[in-house]
Amino acid sequence: MTTAFSLRAAAPATAPCAGVRSTSAARVVPVSAAPAGRGRMVARAAVAAKADAPSSAVAGKSDGHEVLLFEALREALIEEMKLDPTVCVFGEDVGHYGGSYKVTKGLADMFGDLRVLDTPIAENSFTGMGVGAGMKGLRPVVEGMNMGFLLLAYNQISNNCGMLHYTSGGQFKIPVVIRGPGGVGRQLGAEHSQRLESYFQSIPGLQMVACSTPYNAKGLMKAAIRSENPVVLFEHVLLYNLKEKIPDEEYVLCLEEAEMVRPGVHVTILTYSRMRYHVMQAAKTLVNKGYDPEVIDIRSLKPFDLHTIGNSIKKTHRVLIVEECMRTGGIGASLRSAIIDNFWDYLDAPIMCLSSQDVPTPYAATLEDATVVQPAQIVAAVEQICQ
Amino acid sequence: MAAASFTAAKFLAPVAARSGGERAPPLPAGASSSSFARTLRRGGAHHPRLRTAFAVSSDLLAGNKAAQAAATHPAVTREEALELYEDMVLGRVFEDMCAQMYYRGKMFGFVHLYNGQEAVSTGFIKLLNQADCVVSTYRDHVHALSKGVPARSVMAELFGKATGCCRGQGGSMHMFSAPHNLLGGFAFIGEGIPVATGAAFAAKYRHEVLKESSPDGLDVTMAFFGDGTCNNGQFFECLNMAQLWKLPIVFVVENNLWAIGMSHLRATSDPEIWKKGPSFGMPGVHVDGMDVLKVREVAKEAIERARRGEGPTLVECETYRFRGHSLADPDELRKPDEKTHYAARDPITALKKYIIEQNLATESELKSIEKKIDDVVEEAVEFADASPHPPRSQLLENVFADPKGFGIGPDGTYRCEDPKFTQGTAQV
Repeated sequence: MTTAFSLRAAAPATAPCAGVRSTSAARVVPVSAAPAGRGRMVARAAVAAKADAPSSAVAGKSDGHEVLLFEALREALIEEMKLDPTVCVFGEDVGHYGGSYKVTKGLADMFGDLRVLDTPIAENSFTGMGVGAGMKGLRPVVEGMNMGFLLLAYNQISNNCGMLHYTSGGQFKIPVVIRGPGGVGRQLGAEHSQRLESYFQSIPGLQMVACSTPYNAKGLMKAAIRSENPVVLFEHVLLYNLKEKIPDEEYVLCLEEAEMVRPGVHVTILTYSRMRYHVMQAAKTLVNKGYDPEVIDIRSLKPFDLHTIGNSIKKTHRVLIVEECMRTGGIGASLRSAIIDNFWDYLDAPIMCLSSQDVPTPYAATLEDATVVQPAQIVAAVEQICQ
Repeated sequence: MAAASFTAAKFLAPVAARSGGERAPPLPAGASSSSFARTLRRGGAHHPRLRTAFAVSSDLLAGNKAAQAAATHPAVTREEALELYEDMVLGRVFEDMCAQMYYRGKMFGFVHLYNGQEAVSTGFIKLLNQADCVVSTYRDHVHALSKGVPARSVMAELFGKATGCCRGQGGSMHMFSAPHNLLGGFAFIGEGIPVATGAAFAAKYRHEVLKESSPDGLDVTMAFFGDGTCNNGQFFECLNMAQLWKLPIVFVVENNLWAIGMSHLRATSDPEIWKKGPSFGMPGVHVDGMDVLKVREVAKEAIERARRGEGPTLVECETYRFRGHSLADPDELRKPDEKTHYAARDPITALKKYIIEQNLATESELKSIEKKIDDVVEEAVEFADASPHPPRSQLLENVFADPKGFGIGPDGTYRCEDPKFTQGTAQV
């Protein structure tokens, strides 16, 4: 399901900070360079001058170039590895094989076998290696061949990635990126169709982002690599061949921000990853029926961008969450709580949440389709919420 | 084969014959060092230059006698001997003080004391440089002290004070010190081994990719863990990877025969842990972990190997903890005669005896070292007592290295800019 969608050009980037440009409005917090992360934050109040136009791929001068999503991730990796020799990649088949989804294709030839390390099949241990290497000055990007395999690394992700900065009193940082494809694919079977974002979301000290377009994939990958925090980057098996034109100039996106996909007034639809496309498909139908939904790709699964989300809710007063993880304990469940805590007074209707069924993903196509949210359900939900 | 350069000859002083074990017959005369390759295929058990030694536990000890080892130690200088003595005494006195403080309600939770195992920590860590890394487990106080973390910092951490090495946030099982390259302190067994492997990988990376080199060779990482951990997957996964990439790491097994109440022999199909090294292509060595000089000899070899880039070594130290698993452990399963056997092999007593017999120092010089250590530990307690508790404002400070990770609040500013964050009262 490749969708090459064209976007209206957005306003040019504003308020650059230290070489980082984002097409969204300034969100700049200079960090005082105190050692061991113990310093106080010195911040300018960020102004929410976010353009209502969707954040775009190609803005301004040059033409940009077309890439598939996996190529965008690859470009990000290559750029960061060229910029910073401490950036390295660990994972199964990332080196000579070029990556199961070709994200690291050619990188071993460019950077060598030590920087693009083919690991044995030992997720827990090579993720832990990433932690140890991170503590000693490297910036590993750890790939789970499938996100589900990272369940084997849960000990290291929870106890070590999430906690070591804290238990060491701020002495060691763990600037690792943990990434891989997850989500429900095409009849890949239950174990290869998992959504780990809901399992990881409680781990303190971890940041989680989900990419959904070539543009945000590249920008988020770069941001994740540059972040001093451990970041889990969720990619989706079905989105790797999405095609889009992205800027030739370097850009880095903000890890903590959500992305305005389609401004509207009737309802705020919050979504991420593959479900963004189901939502946009439903949006076409909804527009024909006279609705004007506002679609936000939350991108940052932990922490939530309550500013973008809140501004939208203050405008539309109705919220629909469309997610791919399971209903129980999912991202939607947390998002619902956060919205109720912060924006209760702005709601005119109960928050609706469409999630996948609490069912191990079946192999049969008909059953598999029934476990994830389909556009028709989204249309029906909007109609109900807007009554 | 790189492994052949590990000469086990130095520590071949006959290991005490154990009850229940038998010596492996030596290979026929004329076996060359290339027989090491054959040895590896046989799991190393019949290497002509390594004697087989068996772990002892109460199960085997009953009814059998243990022969005394007529150990001939290699020479150690007076300075070295006194350094070793002082470090072991520091470890012992510190741990004894921890027990006292625990029972007086100054420290809490799970506290795992190292009494009896000092020879392993001292024997290995005193050979390391500042740039070398140590990774430990929950039984980490003495590793921290041996690596140079001040006693007052460790004690303050145990008391949960803001002046502790981890600001009071880690506690007994999470000792870290960046200046001393102590990379933890881990509560779950085995989870530190991959971290150690990663630190060793970083050392190799710095040398080969970043082209940073030191005249000493590669920075070495020590991973300390126990017999129970050797049945855990992370152990085996890391032995594999460390050997695969010839990482500068030494895997040190502190085999004290017990994992809480589980005897090593009841948990392990083949209790000879050192044999598992050759299965992965690295040397596996067994050493008497109650004898600091023997440990030191083995350690020298293993560390030098790693520095030269020849890869990892698995060292199994036969040792014993004189106290229970933790201060909460009633320690009812270990038999009295096993405890007596090892008490007689107290490493501190043994070194003291050696020093005096070899005229390296006088009894009164050793006594003054002991007095000095008593003062250091007393001072550490006073310091910890007088130190402040962490203020509420500290709560959120180290959750993220970059506190932008707390996200953007409804008002558009980063939540870490909220003054409640610095007061520690914000809801994240």
